[in-house]
Amino acid sequence: MSPAEFVSPLQSQETDVLIVGAGPVGLFAVFELGLLGLKARLIDTLDRPGGQCAELYPEKPIYDIPGLPSVSGQELTDRLMEQAAPFEPEFRFNQRVEGLSKRADGRFQIVTDAGEVHVAPVVFIAAGAGSFTPRKPKVAGLEPYEGKSLFYAVRKRSDFEGRDLVIVGGGDSALDWTLDLLPSVKSLTLVHRRDKFRAAPHSVAAMEQAVADGRMKFVMGELDSLAGENGALSAVTIRNKAEVTTIEADRLLTFFGLNIELGPIADWALDLEDGKQITVDTEKFQTSTPGIFAIGDINHYPGKLKLILSGFHEGALAAQEAFRIARPDEKLRFQYTTSSSELQKRLKVA
Amino acid sequence: MAEFTVTKRDGTRETLEGVDGWRLMELLRDYKTGIEGICGGQLDCASCHIYVDPDWVDRLPAPRDDEEAKLDELPTWEENSRLSCQIIWGEELDGLAVTVAPD
Repeated sequence: MSPAEFVSPLQSQETDVLIVGAGPVGLFAVFELGLLGLKARLIDTLDRPGGQCAELYPEKPIYDIPGLPSVSGQELTDRLMEQAAPFEPEFRFNQRVEGLSKRADGRFQIVTDAGEVHVAPVVFIAAGAGSFTPRKPKVAGLEPYEGKSLFYAVRKRSDFEGRDLVIVGGGDSALDWTLDLLPSVKSLTLVHRRDKFRAAPHSVAAMEQAVADGRMKFVMGELDSLAGENGALSAVTIRNKAEVTTIEADRLLTFFGLNIELGPIADWALDLEDGKQITVDTEKFQTSTPGIFAIGDINHYPGKLKLILSGFHEGALAAQEAFRIARPDEKLRFQYTTSSSELQKRLKVA
Repeated sequence: MAEFTVTKRDGTRETLEGVDGWRLMELLRDYKTGIEGICGGQLDCASCHIYVDPDWVDRLPAPRDDEEAKLDELPTWEENSRLSCQIIWGEELDGLAVTVAPD
């Protein structure tokens, strides 16, 4: 056994199926796997279940879920969580899957960016359009500064105490952190491409008052360049048409919202369509690697429709094959929830 | 027959036929020009970002507040940025030229 493969029992966390993505399709897969007696663990970069439904359109009604003439993204998530609850799924939020490898015992091992190691005989990739990651400024040479003097989120307030801070953005995150950090920084300059803000009006009013009082500055324009050495920022330049302004700063926070990208899954040696969709068969929704399945918006096959209902169907069929892999010595019995006392026991209704 | 020209991320240009009533995002997605349109046109994802030929900027209906707000999130924003899901195709757009914005 190679050192990379050795995992102590404490670190190694085993389950039947690892599901990458806790959106609607991943959640319904928990249900279909659960009916077959399989346990699932879901890993998601977001801090809660629901995927795009919860992150992009929690309040917007969806009209094409069978049996639910109108349901909001959040309500659909809540109902799927309720439906999956009898099967006690485990969730690992705020974690991004990084590496996937096959072990000598035939099972798969997934390592997350939080350093957790998960082991299972079957993997379902239900990652939608990919993982949500902060959009970065389109400025050359950002890397040396990242995590040292350039941040895309506030993890520790102490990173900014007593600093000359520049915040870029015009939404709630930018305005909320401007007002929150203002009392503890040495100086603060807010930068936005226009003088209109989409943030809550009371935050905008409080920011404008702070500018009027001389407690902070507002500069209209776009981030143009960073200056500094070895990741230690000393100044940023802001461009507004032909005009360029230099601001001395040793901390920079940018809030450009979230981008959706495939991320490390692209490096898992699975066959892809257009470099973005994972190719699967339409019998089992299995990828080019047996034991790894792709369901929902992330997969591709002839005739594919990116609809939530398609993902539900795909999960149900993939679960059948997952059972054959995870329980090679058992026979798969097809049963209905209306008549099977075994299924009703698993559903905790009998 | 109304057509538009698109410059793709690889720099190649194509002239394509419009379909009345379609969102420009839908046309760009259907013709596989590199536009994704993840959210389907509800101003949630900004994955249909394009640059409009300067000659055309003022000939298009101006962006609404909610489009401007979403454009705020784009680090690749330029004066001629638009979200193509908010542009509805019609004969009057014949000759429109756009460029697919970087990822």
